[in-house]
Amino acid sequence: MAEPLWRRLLRHRSATIGLTVLAVFALAAIVGPLVIRFDPVRQDLERILLPPSLAHPLGTDNYGRDELVVLVYGARLTLGLGVLAVLIGVGVGAPLGAVSGYLGGWVDMLVQRLAEILLAFPSIVLALALVAGLGPGLRNVIIAVGVSSIPGFIRVVRASALQLRELMYVEAARALGVSSGRILLRHVLPNAAAPLIVQATIQMGVAILVAAGLGFFGLGVQPPTPEWGELLGEAHTYIFRDANLATFPGLCILLAVLAFNLTGDGLRDALDPRLG
Amino acid sequence: MLTYVGRRLLAAIPTLWGVATAVFIMARLLPGDPARVIAGVTASQDQVDHLRRQLGLDQPLPVQYLDFLGGLVRLDLGTSAHFGDPVLAEIGSRLPYTAELALAALALAVVLGISGGVVAALRRNTVIDVVISTVSMLGISMPTYWLGLMLIVLFAIQFRLLPAAGADSPESVVLPAVTLGLLSVGLIARMTRSSLLEVLGQDYVRTARAKGVSPARVVVAHGLRNALVPILTAIGLQLGSLMGGAVVTESVFGWPGVGRLLLDSIFSRDYPMVQGLVLLFAVTYIAVNLLVDLLYVVVDPRVRYG
Repeated sequence: MAEPLWRRLLRHRSATIGLTVLAVFALAAIVGPLVIRFDPVRQDLERILLPPSLAHPLGTDNYGRDELVVLVYGARLTLGLGVLAVLIGVGVGAPLGAVSGYLGGWVDMLVQRLAEILLAFPSIVLALALVAGLGPGLRNVIIAVGVSSIPGFIRVVRASALQLRELMYVEAARALGVSSGRILLRHVLPNAAAPLIVQATIQMGVAILVAAGLGFFGLGVQPPTPEWGELLGEAHTYIFRDANLATFPGLCILLAVLAFNLTGDGLRDALDPRLG
Repeated sequence: MLTYVGRRLLAAIPTLWGVATAVFIMARLLPGDPARVIAGVTASQDQVDHLRRQLGLDQPLPVQYLDFLGGLVRLDLGTSAHFGDPVLAEIGSRLPYTAELALAALALAVVLGISGGVVAALRRNTVIDVVISTVSMLGISMPTYWLGLMLIVLFAIQFRLLPAAGADSPESVVLPAVTLGLLSVGLIARMTRSSLLEVLGQDYVRTARAKGVSPARVVVAHGLRNALVPILTAIGLQLGSLMGGAVVTESVFGWPGVGRLLLDSIFSRDYPMVQGLVLLFAVTYIAVNLLVDLLYVVVDPRVRYG
């Protein structure tokens, strides 16, 4: 029998790099706030925009806060935003995709048209339009980014449901009189898990890009709460005084998105038995 | 061919209608009274009532919806709450800037992407191969807004070579176009490489080589010409992210196109304008994809359009 998934994943070089970066960020997001004492609202006007030094390895920001500490706190928010948004996308998209692919007919038509309409809006434009309607803030950003990720999940789950519908054991279950709802829950959704996990991993990267983009434009999490995109937006204002400030939040976003994409690629290869 | 084009255009109509309906719903998600929000806190009740009547917001929702659809058919997107001009006129005056930026970025991405992909295919498994997959991975993962800021820091602040913002001089387009274009280079290059490699392994390419066609002509006329369909698909797929990227890039560089207008309108709570612009983005996306589909037939006569 094939070796376990995690071992196949660890043999994949880019997946190993991605997982390592993600582990570091996750550790920072979970443990960081427990060990560092930090009050985001506290300002220290004598220490604003200091260059990197021993006391402040990445310098200080426009509120006089230590940039490294702010970024560690930001990890929790930015990654958390991504996770919640993707959960919305999976929660709405996966059942819709499963029903659409398994039942077919007019349900499929309807769901496909819906996905097509949502896909006609570039993610960032859809998210901007929704936030323009709902208003800025943490909750609305999660909703906006979550909604823009729905069509991707519909597509992926529908594709596996279409294949599964024709399989012998699903037909057998149907012949035995198992209800459609139960077949969807017990057979269709679990078997769509592999492509769903790959899509969710890659979508995490997109969600972080879009959520941080909203933060960058001042439509997301509001200052002084440190979120990477919001920090980058603030740094934009100070770019002529301290170009340094814009470097690190953006680098964090890039690394996180890159790590999710690399892990997603690795997962795709590891979960696809045909690639051996 | 003409009937095919006609059928594809007809098939796009339900999607367009759905998109318009989605935009209508989104513009009405706003909690509270839109007329009050547009008029501002300082406006009197009379002014708010006047604005409500003027915008048709005193009508029941189904009437507003039909008015909205009727306006669309007559290409009337309403009046901007901020500028006081028709939405369409304002969009029209900003569109050339976005077109200039998008075309410059696309040209950059296509030229660099295709030539990079060709070199990678001819020099398989060398350093350039690694460079291209790295660039394409970075392109997908790069926050556009950050790339823009870093280019500003490097070329406008450190070296003082190019303007940081605005559209005042001809060279102003360079930094925004590079920002936007770099995101797609890697993906186009990757697609060119794999598609070209596949074609170059075909028998007719070997035949061409055997009968003494020059190597350059084999690659361009026999190879690239036949590898175009997947490359076109890659370019078409990039257009959505290119449009989203234009919103971001224009705002970072203060480029006066429709993307920046969208963000400005969100901030000035100019809802008719936001509605019109979001619609414009979606319709453009649908139209461009349709165009790419039609181009397949031109590029590859084997693609049937029956």
